[in-house]
Amino acid sequence: MEDKYKFAGIAIIVLCCFPLVCIKFLGMRYVFGVLIPYTALSIFLLGFISKVIGWSMSAVPFRIPTTCGQQESLPWIKANKIDCPFTKKGVVIRMLLEIFAFRSLFRNTKFSMDKNGPKMTFSWELWLWVFALAFHYSFLTVIIRHMRFFTDPIPLCITIVEKLDGILQIGLPGIFISGFVLLGAICFLFLRRIMIPQVRYISLAADYFPLLLIIAIVLSGMYMRYISKVDVVGIKSFTMGLVMFKPVIPDTISVMFYIHLFLVCTLLVYFPFSKLMHMGGIFLSPTRNLTCDTRQKRHINPWNYPVKVHTYEEYEDDFREKMIEAGLPVEKES
Amino acid sequence: MAKELKPQEFIDSLNHQPPKKGWMDLPVEIKKGRYCYVANPKSLETLGFPYARKWDPLEEDWKLPENWQEILHNGFKERLKRFRSIKVFMDTCVRCGACADKCHFFLGTGDPKNMPVLRAELLRSVYRNDFTMMGKLLGKAAGARKMDAQILKEWWYYLFQCSECRRCSVFCPYGIDTAEITIFGRELLNLLGLNIDWIATPVSNCYMTGNHLGIQPHAFKDMIDFFVDDIETITGLRMEPSFNQKGADILFVTPSGDVFADPGTYTCMGYLMLFDYLKREYGLNITWSTYASEGGNFGFFTSHETMKRLNSKMYAEAKRLGVKWILGGECGHMWRVINQYMDTMNGPADFLEVPVSPITGTPFTNAASTKMVHIAEFTADLIKHGKLKLDPRRNDHLKVTFHDSCNPARGMGMFEEPRYVIQNVCKHFYEMPSSTIREQTFCCGSGSGLNAGENMELRLAGGLPRANAVKYVHEKFGVNMLACVCAIDRAALPTLMNYWVPEVNVTGLHELVANALVMPDEQERTTDLRGEPLQSAEDSE
Repeated sequence: MEDKYKFAGIAIIVLCCFPLVCIKFLGMRYVFGVLIPYTALSIFLLGFISKVIGWSMSAVPFRIPTTCGQQESLPWIKANKIDCPFTKKGVVIRMLLEIFAFRSLFRNTKFSMDKNGPKMTFSWELWLWVFALAFHYSFLTVIIRHMRFFTDPIPLCITIVEKLDGILQIGLPGIFISGFVLLGAICFLFLRRIMIPQVRYISLAADYFPLLLIIAIVLSGMYMRYISKVDVVGIKSFTMGLVMFKPVIPDTISVMFYIHLFLVCTLLVYFPFSKLMHMGGIFLSPTRNLTCDTRQKRHINPWNYPVKVHTYEEYEDDFREKMIEAGLPVEKES
Repeated sequence: MAKELKPQEFIDSLNHQPPKKGWMDLPVEIKKGRYCYVANPKSLETLGFPYARKWDPLEEDWKLPENWQEILHNGFKERLKRFRSIKVFMDTCVRCGACADKCHFFLGTGDPKNMPVLRAELLRSVYRNDFTMMGKLLGKAAGARKMDAQILKEWWYYLFQCSECRRCSVFCPYGIDTAEITIFGRELLNLLGLNIDWIATPVSNCYMTGNHLGIQPHAFKDMIDFFVDDIETITGLRMEPSFNQKGADILFVTPSGDVFADPGTYTCMGYLMLFDYLKREYGLNITWSTYASEGGNFGFFTSHETMKRLNSKMYAEAKRLGVKWILGGECGHMWRVINQYMDTMNGPADFLEVPVSPITGTPFTNAASTKMVHIAEFTADLIKHGKLKLDPRRNDHLKVTFHDSCNPARGMGMFEEPRYVIQNVCKHFYEMPSSTIREQTFCCGSGSGLNAGENMELRLAGGLPRANAVKYVHEKFGVNMLACVCAIDRAALPTLMNYWVPEVNVTGLHELVANALVMPDEQERTTDLRGEPLQSAEDSE
């Protein structure tokens, strides 16, 4: 099983060395600064969109939500409007909770067994939920903060996020909480994968790879911010050049930046073809995004087709005499 | 074999630690006691299914059609277009492992391929190889596998170790539903004639005679008449059920298991007494059908098409008899099919009326389109309006807990109705721990057509988490009766209880109702429906 995360780890090291070698020795700044980022972003956008379109082209023949609360039935029984949503509004709330608060993961329990009882117990297990939330929200904050490189003037909302994120300022440079939370959360998710035997057993190289890739992105970013002090002004003029489609490549930008950028590009390219598409998939999950009112409103199956059935008439033909003898009513007497 | 192991030995042999070897490198080992006998070719032929043949899972050669890989690939491809659920579930799993310890089959067997995530990966790995760029480029590193006979055997073995209970889907952050994957996988297996007999033969029976057990119309009536005799002994009253009666108010459909085997039979007697009560008191005419004499639908465990073929009888019979609406008995997967599939497949039921209780006047607006009402909803409404004369003291000898059956729980959301009914007909009711009831309920371990005899080890293992919770309330509160609203539960749980918690019996909801129901002009009851002496009778002696 070890070979899976080793494989992913080696892939990350190769990905880090690639721009290092190409830039240090071959001077391929234009390739790594301009061509690859544009290509990666295009692949990401097209890949993401085509995947989502691909999903939505498939039919939803039946309304099959998982009901996680009391149904709407008799007026005096209190229905659960969110976990068993009877209306579209309820579905929207259910989906919002699912997307923004990881509602289902919040339910997570942990099983333990006392063989002498013998007894199985199930306790509420919040850590996965806590760290998953910490990971996603800190990542989002980091991305929003990075938008300062792609906007001029910088919108107020980005500045506010940045201010809040840097609230723990002690000396210079100011510390952004999000980066450290992101690193901590992702290390937890990685260690959890390695240390819990069952989770380790189900993990594929494709599970370790994005975790290690993001760790590498975070570390290279932190290195630039807190240790090496890159030429921020130069980078901003570079990124704005990309945004305006008039790319300029200042010579002052360090190799570490290209490594960081290349890893981000790798993530963008990898994204649409991997499990990371859960970001889009969650919106289309038929067990969550449908109303629980199938008995009240008919759901239409676009490919519903007639099937061969055994009709009552055929049935009566098979059993008529026995039915008459038993006093059961029949359609035809003989 | 588990049957020969004592419960403690069974527990001691349980190991949840995964093996050293990765799951892709671990060849499937088909174990006795964990699989069901394969489909009788005759049953498959009756239904017009392909590749009906004799074959043996323990043999190397499964006598597959020559182009079986092509059949599977094309079947897979076609269904990815038909079912968005499958397509999304194939792509979005992140293997977070939240589902791993939620499956009763994993908890009871320790077999890692019974973790919902791995069950799905068995199919997903082939999906990646056949349909994704990453899988085609990177192969095993991307978790892709090329289909071969070993993998097919693995599919067959593990897809018939899932009871489609949906517990994992409650916890999955993307709502990935293993039931959906199992339904889909079994549908593919049926393209190659790889069904099990415990499913195929009931389906064939149901298709031809109207019910899973193949009870012919006259015999069906005989069996009900037998209950009528029993009820007369207990109450002194003769019930007069009607069959295939045109112009009745309501058509009643329930699983045939209740007509056939204890303790479902007592639930069936409960229905008969309730209907007779309503007829005597309020003139309500409810009829049974011998043609649509099966509420359950093992077609659901075969393919969507088969499910539709069997289910069609309910509406066809309701239309032929000219009833106003349909009332459904206590059954699990039957209600998943009715609640989430029936109207879509075989509707619109525009020849029926929006269900209204003729006694209370309550409109069942939640069933306005499907026009089928669950008997727990119907009875709860009667009790709420004080339309039933009840003496709950007659259930005083019972300390009851309620097992939420998987499908009414997670495919319908019916939690309060049965609880309300129980609490009005019994005085002693105790809940099991919250992580084992309602939407988190544990399966009986025998659902989705797995309640055969030859796979007993699997059933006892799968039922362990449920039994464990029952044992808890038995020890804490002295619970001696496990109530449920599912015919498979009534067939499967007694065996399970007998092994794990022998002091606890199993009952349907309407057996408890009928025990408490005070029929007009009945004789003083000294026993319950099972012939057990009533505590109140004992006290007065």
